[in-house]
Amino acid sequence: MKVKDLSGNYGFEAITLPDGDREIDGVYIGDLLSWVMGRAKSGNAWITIMSNVNILAVASLADTSCIILAEDVTLEDDVIKTAIDKEINILKTSMDIYSAAVTLSSVI
Amino acid sequence: MSDVLNFHFEVDGNDFKSAGHASFLMKKNLRQLGLPPETIRRVSIAMYEGEINMVIHARGGTADVNVYEDCIEIILKDTGPGIKNIEQAMQEGFSTATDNIRSLGFGAGMGLPNMKRYTDYMNIESEVGVGTTITMKVNLI
Ligand SMILES: Nc1ncnc2c1ncn2[C@@H]1O[C@H](COP(=O)(O)OP(=O)(O)OP(=O)(O)O)[C@@H](O)[C@H]1O
Ligand SMILES: [Mg+2]
Repeated sequence: MKVKDLSGNYGFEAITLPDGDREIDGVYIGDLLSWVMGRAKSGNAWITIMSNVNILAVASLADTSCIILAEDVTLEDDVIKTAIDKEINILKTSMDIYSAAVTLSSVI
Repeated sequence: MSDVLNFHFEVDGNDFKSAGHASFLMKKNLRQLGLPPETIRRVSIAMYEGEINMVIHARGGTADVNVYEDCIEIILKDTGPGIKNIEQAMQEGFSTATDNIRSLGFGAGMGLPNMKRYTDYMNIESEVGVGTTITMKVNLI
């Protein structure tokens, strides 16, 4: 499934979508940045509740397909701006991490 | 050794928000050079972990990346506090990060292990009170 096809569906909504054609290949869950950096795989959708600007570097360099902010976590405006500059897809959901993962597993 | 390209970056130790920028720019350079995605990813991860360590633990430093015909070499140099016990620092889970830093998601103690894991060669030279130089290489097959 492409990232853009998740946006607006199944409880996920895009905050930024500069690279919506990116294919989602599996899911990784985590909040410890260097743990995610070391373990996430290229193309994974990364579910987290971390919202500071450093998640953008991790997503970019670990080459995840998108960041999914669970539990209604919000981003500050400058983080959103930087995400667009760095071409990072970010989606949000009000689901908790478990439900988000279960939902993803049935649709991607 | 003939066809070497050099990239130099200053890593600002006070600017937490733009930490990782040198690695981000380097990733773009490597893409332009047309290197394989997996190679780019390995260099990006290793360089980022080293860059962020310089920001968090060493008040910044410099990053030099040399692209040779057969490998990519990353040299990270700082004049921070140095690493007292390198063997201990290399262990997964070891971290001296403060609570403040941990609240941002750092401090898992996985940075140095990641650098080792994603490169083909890694050497740490460090002296307490003087600084740290880390050299890493990723082979281009
Ligand atoms: N450039 C450096 N200068 C001084 N000390 C360093 C440097 N790099 C690493 N260290 C020391 O080595 C420890 C382990 O580093 P490592 O990157 O593995 O973990 P971390 O930075 O603490 O946490 P994480 O990388 O998981 O966010 C650090 O906590 C710090 O004490
Ligand atoms: Mg680290």
